[in-house]
This record gives sequence, C-alpha cells and structure tokens, in this order.
Amino acid sequence: MPRFAVLVFPGSNCEGDVLYALRHVLGQEAELVWHKETSLAGFDAALLPGGFAHGDYLRPGAIARFSPIMEPVLSMAEAGKPVIGICNGFQVLMEAGLLPGAMLRNKSLHYVCRYVDLRVENADTPLTNACTTGDMLRMPIGHADGNFYADPAELDGIENRRQVMLRYATPSGELSEDANPNGSANHIAGIVNERGNVVGLMPHLDRCYEPELGTDHGLRMFRSLISSVS
Amino acid sequence: MNGAQKTLLETHNLTEEEYRQIVRKLDREPNLTELGLFSVMWSEHCSYKSSRMHLKRLPTKGPRVLQGPGENAGVVDLGHGLAAVFKIESHNHPSFIEPFQGAATGVGGIIRDIFTMGARPVALMNSLRFGPLSVPKNRSLLEGVVAGIASYGNSTGIPTVGGEVAFEECYSLNPVVNAFCLGIAPKERIFLARAEGEGNPVIYVGAKTGKDGIHGATMASAEFDEAAEEKRPTVQVGDPFMEKLLFEACLELMATDALVAIQDMGAAGLTCSTSELAARGGTGIEIDVRKVPQREKGMTPYEIMLSESQERMLLVAKKGREAEVEAIFDKWDLHAVTIGHVTGDGLLRVRDGGGEVALVPCPALVDEGPVYERPLERPAYLEKTARLDLNEIPEPRDPGDVLRRLVCSHGLTNKHWIFQQYDHMVQSNTIVLPGSDAGVIRLKGTPLALAMSLDGSGRYTYLDPYRGGALAVAESCRNLAAVGATPVGATNCLNFGSPEKPEVMWQFARAIDGMADACRALSVPITGGNVSFYNETEGESIFPTPVVGAVGILEDKTQRVTHHFKSAGDWIYLAGETTDELGGSEYLKIIHQAILGLPPALDLEREKALHVFTREAAARKWLRSAHDLSEGGLGVALVECLFGPLGEMVGASVSLECPARADALLFSEGQSRMLLSVHPDRAEGLESLADGHGIPLSRLGVAGGERLRVQLNGVDAISLELSALRDAWWSTLEKDIHP
Repeated sequence: MPRFAVLVFPGSNCEGDVLYALRHVLGQEAELVWHKETSLAGFDAALLPGGFAHGDYLRPGAIARFSPIMEPVLSMAEAGKPVIGICNGFQVLMEAGLLPGAMLRNKSLHYVCRYVDLRVENADTPLTNACTTGDMLRMPIGHADGNFYADPAELDGIENRRQVMLRYATPSGELSEDANPNGSANHIAGIVNERGNVVGLMPHLDRCYEPELGTDHGLRMFRSLISSVS
Repeated sequence: MNGAQKTLLETHNLTEEEYRQIVRKLDREPNLTELGLFSVMWSEHCSYKSSRMHLKRLPTKGPRVLQGPGENAGVVDLGHGLAAVFKIESHNHPSFIEPFQGAATGVGGIIRDIFTMGARPVALMNSLRFGPLSVPKNRSLLEGVVAGIASYGNSTGIPTVGGEVAFEECYSLNPVVNAFCLGIAPKERIFLARAEGEGNPVIYVGAKTGKDGIHGATMASAEFDEAAEEKRPTVQVGDPFMEKLLFEACLELMATDALVAIQDMGAAGLTCSTSELAARGGTGIEIDVRKVPQREKGMTPYEIMLSESQERMLLVAKKGREAEVEAIFDKWDLHAVTIGHVTGDGLLRVRDGGGEVALVPCPALVDEGPVYERPLERPAYLEKTARLDLNEIPEPRDPGDVLRRLVCSHGLTNKHWIFQQYDHMVQSNTIVLPGSDAGVIRLKGTPLALAMSLDGSGRYTYLDPYRGGALAVAESCRNLAAVGATPVGATNCLNFGSPEKPEVMWQFARAIDGMADACRALSVPITGGNVSFYNETEGESIFPTPVVGAVGILEDKTQRVTHHFKSAGDWIYLAGETTDELGGSEYLKIIHQAILGLPPALDLEREKALHVFTREAAARKWLRSAHDLSEGGLGVALVECLFGPLGEMVGASVSLECPARADALLFSEGQSRMLLSVHPDRAEGLESLADGHGIPLSRLGVAGGERLRVQLNGVDAISLELSALRDAWWSTLEKDIHP
C-alpha cells in the first residue's frame, strides 16, 4: 500500500484536512511529517498543505523553502515521485524552484474564500488522471496571494508544454474576468512541472471530499493521486 | 490629598474612595507598582464593578453546563465524551483607535481564552457595528476591522463561520467589535486557571513582553474624547503566527499530565494572570520580573506587570517536570521560562532581581474590588421614541421598489464582501456555508454538528432595553432552530455607554432582565461573556447593544436545514403570525428615516413552540429550507431565500391576504415567524405538526420560476427578475465601500 507524507510547517493549518481525507475517507496510509525532519524514506508521495508556513512572513513560502524537510522533498521530486502543493504548499514549491511562476497578491487585495469553478486543462497529471480534459470541477479556494504570474516568455512556455492543469472558469467552462477570483495570468489555478510529477494548485481538494462540505470533487483528485502511486 | 496625588489617581482611573480602600487592604500606602496593579485589576474591564450585581440575575445553570461564568470561558457537555468551550469578548475601543490591530488582537484574545481551557478552537464568529458607510472614516474602519479579523483568524487556521454587521449613526465614533470563539475539548480534560501545589513552578511561555498595551484595560474603561487617537500606543500589536504556535504547543502540553493550571495573559497581562491563578487556587504566587523575557531594555517592574503584549501564557507545572514543558515549547521555537513559583501565603509577591517591588494579597486584587450599585433612571427620550403613529407614515405606492431598496441597504444586503475575506472552510467541518441562519460545523468522528449564531439589535434595545435584551436571545435561538439545532448554552457581550450615567445603567439593568427572562423561557443558560462599558465619545453613548451568541447541537448532522429554496414546485409556508408592528424596523429607518416606536413584542411561549416545531420538522427531514424572519420582515426574508451560497437561484410566487397596510404585512419585524419550504408530499404532515404545536401555518405559494412574484389580495404587487435582483443584492456593499 502506498504511503503518503503530509508535511507540517510551523503555521501550516490544512494538514489535518489532507490527512483526514486520505486516511479516513480513502483508507490510505498517511503520516504527518514535521518540517525539521530530514528524511522521507518509505513515502511514495509528499503533500504540502495549505496554511501560513512561518506566518507567510517575508513572502508566502519564502522561509519554508529553507526548512530541513525540503531537501528530501527535492530528492523525491527528482526521483519522479508525486509532490503536491496545495495553496500555501503551491507557494512553497514555487519558492523552492520546483514549479515555475510566482504568486502576486489577489487583484482585489483581499483574502478570498469561496467555491470556484475549474476547467481541467491537462488530465495527465497525478491529480487529474481520473478526469478528462474539459471536465468541470467545483472546489473552494482560500488565499490572499493566489494571483499567478509568470513573465510572457515563461507563460508561453508553460502553455506550450501543456503545464496548465486547471483554469478558473464559469460553470459552463468559459474563461471570463468575472470567473477569475484573483487575477491569475491566463486564469491559471494549477500547474504541473515539465516532468509531470510535481503539481501545485490553489483550490483545496482537502475541503471538498464529502458532499456535506459543498461538493466532493476533491475526491477525484485524491483518487487520481492514489492511482498514480499504485 | 495633594494635587500630585490626585493627578496620579486620575491617570490610574481610580477614585479617592477606591484609593482609601486600597490603603485599608494593604494597611499602608501602596507604592507606584502596587497602585498600577490595583488600577488595572479594579478597572471596570477587569472587575465588572458596575455590572456584577446585575449579571447575577442571568440564569447560568443547565443540564449540560459544566462550567458557568467565572473561568476563562463557559463549557457545555456535548455527549460522546466531548465538551464545547465558548465565549465572546469586545474589542471596541482598540478597534476605533487602530482598526486592523484592534480587531486582530480581539480575535487573538478570545482564541486564547478558549485554548486556555484545553479546547482546540474550531470556530470563530464576529458581531460588528459601524456608522453609516456614506462617511469615509466608517468605510476605512470597516475595511480595517474586517482585514484585521481575517488576518488573525485565517492565519491561525480557525474558520469564521458566522457573524453579523449593522450600521447606525451612533457607532460612527465608537464601532462595536465583538469576537466569539468556540473550541472542542475532551470532557474529562478541561483545564482550569487555579494555581495549586506550593513550590510548583510558574512558567512564562510565548512572545516577549514589550511596552505595548500598558493600561489597555484602563483605556477600555474610559470614554473617548478628541484625543483618542493619541492613545494608539495602548493598542497591542498581534502576531497570529505566534498564536498558532502557542496553541499548538499548549495543546500538546495539555495532552501530558505535567500541567497544573494555565491562564492567558490578556487584559492586565501578567498582573491579572498571576493574581487570578493564585486567588482561584487559594494560593499565592511569587515571581521575579527580571526573568520575564523582554522585548526592550530598561522596562520597569510597573511596565512589565501591566504590559498587554499579545500571545503570552502563564502556566503552573508540576515540580520536576520543567524540562518536559521546555522540550515541547522548544519544538515550536517558543520561550518557556520559569519566572516564579506557587506559595501558600495568598500573596502576590513581585521581585525585581533581588528586591521586592510589590506585595499584595491576591484576593484584594481579584475578588475584593469595589462593587457599585449605580443609580438607575429611565431615559427621557423613551417618551418621545415610543410614540409612533402609523397614520403619519405614508404608505409607498410600489412595494417592489421598497423591497429592492431594502435589500440594497447596507444592513440587509448580502455580506459576501465581508465573509469571503474570512476563511470559513479550514478544518473541513463547515457543513452550512455562510448565508444561512446559523453557522454549522460537524464534529468528525461523531454524528454531531454544532450550530451557532450571534444576534442583537442596538436599535431595538435603544427603543426598549427590556425587549431588546429578550429579542437578542430569541433571535439567536430562533436561528439555531432554523438549522434544526437545540440550544445548549449562550454567551453574551454587553456593549453600553458610561455606567456612571443613570440612564445607561437603567438600559443595562433592563436589558439584563429581558435577556434573563428569555434565557429562562428558552432553556438557554448564559455560560459567560463580557461587559463593555464607556462606549461613548464626546459624551454621546452608542445604542445599548447586547449581543448574544447561542450555541446549539444537532444530534444528527444530516438533519441540518439551510435557508434557501431548493426546487421548483416546493410549497412555501409561513409559520407564525404576522402583525402590523413596524416600530424599530429597518423599513421605518431606511424608507422613512425614522427610528421610532416600540420594537416588536415577544411572546416567549409562542417563540418556544415555534422552535420546537421547526426542530421536529427538521428532524423528520421534511424541510427543504427554513429561514427566520427578522430585519426587513417577510419581504426581505423571501428575497434571501431565493439565493443559495453556490450561486443557486430559485424563484417564488406567493399570494398574501392583506387586511390593512401592505408595508406592515411585508416589512413588519413581528417575532416568532419562520419561512419554510417543503415538497408538496410533506405538506399535510407539516400542517398537522404545526397544528399540534399551536403554530399558525399559512401556505404562501410555490417555489420556482425566474422571478419573485408577490400578489396582494389577488393583485400583482411585486415582480422582480431574479438575476437583476441578485446582482443588486450581491454587489451593493462592495460598490459602496469603494465608491
């Protein structure tokens, strides 16, 4: 059975949600791993949860990338195992250089917590292999710095290499400014690295894994992840 | 007493008589440090000296109450081995002086009150009052307060699941910012703030002590003048990251058995935490202020004892277990420093290195402060405001236009601009999204859910303090009933003007009486709360503003009900009787610019029957939706039911008998009413259930379509297109905050 590591930085606050979904909803083996640990031996995938690692001081993710646990995270990514960054975890992976781009403050300048509609752009990633390109998902976001930015050349590269995994869209799948909750370039909500094993996304699969939470669309992502390591 | 002494007392907000009492307690003159200790502990904020005798009238006991008032927070039994720990607190004064930090530290303080008891914080709410948003300063206050609450709650990973906001002229120079927190603890592991065991170490943990917030409690116990902004240095600065580490570390420590007692350092900082721990434990405490981690050099014992620096806790551990405590805090990169020990002599002994700088009996600071029976006098304005002659209120020609204006007024319009800035989903327990009557969270590993709601109307209480107090309790509990929950306890925050004014004290006493009667009738004990007096600027009091936070339980979370219509074809019912009471209504205020009349009357028996009926219908899973009627009456409630939290829209066609005035029918805020929708197959059952409870139930119409249509006496009176209505209702606040 695969084992999942859920990393905990000081200030992380979604580790419990990720752990609960994996363990109690999906019956997987998952463990919390403290940021001062130096090994991820025995784990098949790592998830960096949401929250405010190190208080988001300086810049979201800027301090967390220096945590001891990031060494084995880099090795894991190099070994081709899935490394998943959700929200703040996505920001950490960008700061660590595992994913391209950067996050600006939301266009509204405010934190925004709400459900959004997402269009699956690439169904060949560890989080979307249970989906089909063009599928619509409804999932929550909660962040102040989720305005994806890359310079024009880099953005073209991301697009051309089909690294965009999810885009914010209207319920019927159209791209519009109104449906873009934070001003992200090209409506980008989630991306994958070139090799296809490191994924970062702002939407919280860990907040929509049972219908009573609003939707259970996050389950499709968790199931994709499980099948990608099985 | 000479001039210098008088000035000294004045700066400490102590009266000459209070000074004489201090001398009697000590049997000598206090030194400056001791005077400082007394001034904060005997401040209104810490001592409840004006409110204590009135608060006694509130019912505080109930079958589920494990801990009533007197500790850091109240505790109720949830079954399944779990307890809910909750309280509300005000941070009005700091929020006016510095909105972001004032509100943020208000949230920080109430979170500490909850985890101090051994509970993991799982939900936040807030109740806010501002002046009209047409004034730029009020817009910036609202923005700052909301951003401050968001910053602190979001960073600590606690969802903000509910709240309320209202706008009145009187809050322009004195906003109300009340923060509520609820935590869950194992029932057998509740921690109390009682220092026991002579020789046990007293350990300081968390952030360093700085010069911020000195005399914060005293500031909160005085009214404002034009120099208020100069008091900015008395507002503390919050660090939510530190708080998050602090509560994770404390909860980790609480899982061991090394801890004897724990108390947060809030108002009056180290002074309050040491003296309260000792007084409650019947012991004494000796500390050395030199050992206290300090942020800046050269702090005096006076400053260290009175600092209100945030994110600090005081622990009493078992002797010999210090290393264990230090190891846990070290993991979280936090200080844990032994600064003293528990003694058996009942004294607070403060040393500065070697020398003794203060020696005061703990009970003198905590329990033996002055208690005032302040004079009461019915305010004269009530004669004028009580007179409302509806014949002088012209009836508008187009009720649809009035309805649209009401749902676009700031008090009634959609509040997503606020609640979307709060993380309301972290911890993945939120099973009713914002917009319904109460916030609802599930408790993982159990079938339970908890519902909570904050309510209170300053306008109602201004027009009739007794009714206002009772109505706050009734609405909070009605909101719980609307989601299917049964109240288990409540906390209250009482925001009033100066207790030295007999009119304010009269309002206070009457509001307490109203609350007490309603609490008794609805079987909801008050388990704790907070009093905030001196809410006035330039001699003008705010409306008396009691806020009630009722907490309810759903034994089966799948029985929860949300507010919005679900499917075309469902039948819409109104439970309860509509009166023509327009006194104190939003309608009178917004459309006729009048704050007049008596607030709606409350028949507590009828109110209770409505709650029982609604809960039973919810438990049988008959209700597709339930929404209480409150501000804006039936008309506004209908509009709110058209829209769900995920963009759902379902129209409605209703037909009303209108015996008299249409405005009274549509916008009366008459109490004890609920708007329900059910599948037609359930109609018969619902009708007979209502009959059994003596609840008048009238079928108003049917859900569905692209419009809200209202017929009055068979004639089309309102026809509003859904998406246009939603756009207006949805975007008003955002537009008006950045005009």
